[in-house]
Amino acid sequence: MSLIEIRDLTKVYQMGEVEVHALNGVSLDIDQGEWVAIMGPSGSGKSTMMHIIGCLDIPTSGSYILDGVDVSQMVESQLAAVRNHKIGFVFQAYNLLARTSAIKQVMLPMQYSRDGSRVPRAERRERAEEALEVVGMADRINHRPSELSGGERQRVAIARALVTNPSILMADEPTGNLDSKSGIEVMEVFHRLHEGRGITVVMVTHDEAISADAERVIRLFDGRIERVDRNGLRSEVESQKSKVGIPAQLMSDVGVVTPDKGSERC
Amino acid sequence: MLTQLGDLWESVRVALDGLLANKMRSALTMLGVIIGVAAVIALMSIGAGVQAEITEQISSLGTNILIVIPSSSGRVGNGGGGGAGSITMDDLDALSDPANVPDASLVVPEYSVSGQIIYGDNNFSVSAVGTTAEYQALYELGVASGEFFTAQDGGDKVAVLGSNVAADLFGDFDPVGLKIKFNSATSGQTTSLKIVGVLEEEGGSMFASTDDSIFVPLDTAQTRLANARNTLGALTLNRISVVATSEETVAPVNDQIEGVLRADHDLDLTDDDDFSVINQAEMLDTVTAVTDTLTVFLGAIAGISLLVGGIGIMNIMLVSVTERTREIGLRKAIGAQRSDILFQFLMEAIILSLLGGFIGILVGVGMGQLVNLTGMVTSVVTLSSIALAVGFSVAIGLFFGIYPANQAAKLSPIEALRYE
Ligand SMILES: Nc1ncnc2c1ncn2[C@@H]1O[C@H](COP(=O)(O)OP(=O)(O)OP(=O)(O)O)[C@@H](O)[C@H]1O
Ligand SMILES: Nc1ncnc2c1ncn2[C@@H]1O[C@H](COP(=O)(O)OP(=O)(O)OP(=O)(O)O)[C@@H](O)[C@H]1O
Ligand SMILES: [Mg+2]
Ligand SMILES: [Mg+2]
Repeated sequence: MSLIEIRDLTKVYQMGEVEVHALNGVSLDIDQGEWVAIMGPSGSGKSTMMHIIGCLDIPTSGSYILDGVDVSQMVESQLAAVRNHKIGFVFQAYNLLARTSAIKQVMLPMQYSRDGSRVPRAERRERAEEALEVVGMADRINHRPSELSGGERQRVAIARALVTNPSILMADEPTGNLDSKSGIEVMEVFHRLHEGRGITVVMVTHDEAISADAERVIRLFDGRIERVDRNGLRSEVESQKSKVGIPAQLMSDVGVVTPDKGSERC
Repeated sequence: MLTQLGDLWESVRVALDGLLANKMRSALTMLGVIIGVAAVIALMSIGAGVQAEITEQISSLGTNILIVIPSSSGRVGNGGGGGAGSITMDDLDALSDPANVPDASLVVPEYSVSGQIIYGDNNFSVSAVGTTAEYQALYELGVASGEFFTAQDGGDKVAVLGSNVAADLFGDFDPVGLKIKFNSATSGQTTSLKIVGVLEEEGGSMFASTDDSIFVPLDTAQTRLANARNTLGALTLNRISVVATSEETVAPVNDQIEGVLRADHDLDLTDDDDFSVINQAEMLDTVTAVTDTLTVFLGAIAGISLLVGGIGIMNIMLVSVTERTREIGLRKAIGAQRSDILFQFLMEAIILSLLGGFIGILVGVGMGQLVNLTGMVTSVVTLSSIALAVGFSVAIGLFFGIYPANQAAKLSPIEALRYE
C-alpha cells in the first residue's frame, strides 16, 4: 500500500460562466520515503495538485487515500488535524508570521495539535529548537522574519513544517524566491531530511537541476500527467495520451496508474 | 485542568501579541469602550446622588406629617368646587376638632400668595405664606431676630422674613420694626407690612424654600394680600399640614382626614376625592419613581455611547481580520481548527472590552469625584452601575467580536493565503 493513492482527481474552478479545469483526471501513487518532483509549465495545475495532496484544498471529484485513510471524505476539522500532524507544507513565499521570532514560528503548529499528537507544553520549546537545529538555524532562534535573509526564512519555514514529525514534506517551489546559493542551502536541508530521516518529499520546481535529485519526476501539462521520469530513466514513459504500446507492467512499475478513461483528452 | 488553564493563558498570550502588534489601533478601539463605560458610571452615580439627596430632603420633613392639598380631579360645583378652591376654612375647623381626627397633634393651615416685596428701591419676587403661629413649631424654625408672629397677630399687617429675603433687602442690618411693601401678583394690591422677625437660615428644601419666603398671619394673606374666597364665598386654603401623634398613627390619621373631608364636601360613595392627602412615604415613592426614571434615562444615553464603542470594536475586528487574512490562512494551513481561529479573535475582542471596561470604571469614578468637587451633587458610585457597565462591555466584546471572528475562522486556508 502506498502512502498516497490518488485516483481520477479533478479540480474545476468556476469563474462566473467559465469553468477552469485545473486538474483533469490525475492518478498517482507515492510510496513512503520517496522523493517526487512535480514539474510543468505555469498554469499546468502543479500548485492545485499540491494543495489537494497537502489537504489544504479538496478535489472536485476523484479519490485520495492518504496513509490508508480516505481524505476526500473528510470534514474541515479532520483535514485540519491531518495537516497538523501528517503533512508539513513549505511555501514559495515562506508565509512566516510578521513580528514573530523564529522559535515562536516553529512552536506554532504544536499549539494546534490535539489528542494523540499533542506535544506537552514543556517540551515544545525544546522540540522547536531541535527543528531549528536540523535546518541549521540554531543561532537565529530569536530573529524575526525581517531580520533574516530569504534563505534563512525558508529554513525557518522548513523547521516549522518539520516540527510535528510529519510523514510527508511538501514544498511548492521552495527555492523560487531564492538566489542559487541560498537555494542550494535549502535543498541540502531537504536532502538531509530525506536521507537521514527517510521523510517523503513532494516538491514542485521549475529547476531541472533540482528535479534531478528526485527519484521520480511527474510532468504535468494542462491538468494531466504528461510524462513520468524515473531515476535517470528519462522519457522512459511516454505521455498518457500517446501511451499506445507501453506495457501495463511498465506503467505500474513507475507508479503511474492508467485510468480507464484517461485516454481521451478534452 | 492545568492544561486547560495553560491553553487559556496561551490564547490570551496569542491575543495580546495580536493586539500589541498594533498598539495605536488597539488603544483607539479601547477608547470607545472607555468613554462608554465611564459615561455609564458617571451618569448613573450622579443620578444616584441626586436621588439620595432628594430622599434625604423628604425624610427631613419629618415622618409624621400629612399634607392635605386641593385636587383638580374633584367634582366641580360641590362644596366650593374642585381644583384650587376645594379646601376651605370649614375643612380646617373640621380637621382641628380632636373629635374628628383624634390622632392629630397639630393642624396647620397655609395660604400662599406670590408677589413682589418692595423696600426702597429694592424689589423682588417672593412667596408670602399665610399661616398660623404653629407653623414655627411644625417646621422647627429658629428665629434670628425679633419673633415669629403669634395667634394675637391674626389679621395684622405683620411679616416674618426668611433669612435670604432679609439678607437680600437689608444685608447685615437688623430690619425688625421696619416696614416693607408687598405687591400681590393676584390682586395687584400693595400692602404695607411691619417686620416682626427674621428667621434663621434653614437650607434648601425641595418644596418651598423657607429662606426665600415671607410669613404673614393667615387672615392677612387671605383677605389683605389676596382674595381667598371661592365662588361660594368661603375662604380657601392651599394646604393643611396635619401632624400625627406618632409614625404608627400616620395611617389612621390619613383615613380620618379622608373621612372628615369627604363628609364635609358631601361627596357620594362613587365620587373621587376633590383633595389629596400626601404623606412622606407616598412622597418618597413618587419621587423615587421619578428619579429612577431619570437614572434609567441617563443610563440609556450612556448606553448609546457604549454601543458606539462596541461598533468601534467590531470595525477594528473586521479590519484586523482582513489585514491578517494571510496569517489566518497560514495558521489554518499548519492545522489550526476553525475554533482555534474563532477563539483567538474572540479573545482579542474580549481583552479589548474588558481592559477598556476597567479603565472606563476608573475614569467614570474619577468623573464622579470631579462632579463632587463642584458641590452641586454628591455622586454615589453604585455596584450595580459598575456591574452594568462591565457586563455590557463584555457582552459588546462578545457580540461584536463573534461576527468578524467567524468570518476569519471560516476562510479556507488556500483562499486566505492567496489573499492580497
Ligand atoms: N482559485 C482559483 N480560481 C480560479 N482559477 C484558479 C484558481 N487557482 C488556480 N486556478 C487556475 O487553475 C490553473 C492551474 O493553476 P495552478 O496554480 O495549479 O498552476 P501551477 O502549475 O502551480 O502554475 P505556476 O507554475 O505558475 O505556479 C490555472 O489556469 C489557474 O488560473
Ligand atoms: N535586522 C537584522 N537583525 C539581525 N540579523 C540580521 C538582520 N538583517 C540581516 N541579518 C543577518 O545578517 C545576515 C545577512 O543577511 P542579508 O539579508 O544581508 O543576506 P543576503 O545575502 O541578502 O541573503 P539573501 O540572498 O537570502 O537575501 C543574515 O545571517 C541575517 O540573519
Ligand atoms: Mg504554482
Ligand atoms: Mg537579500
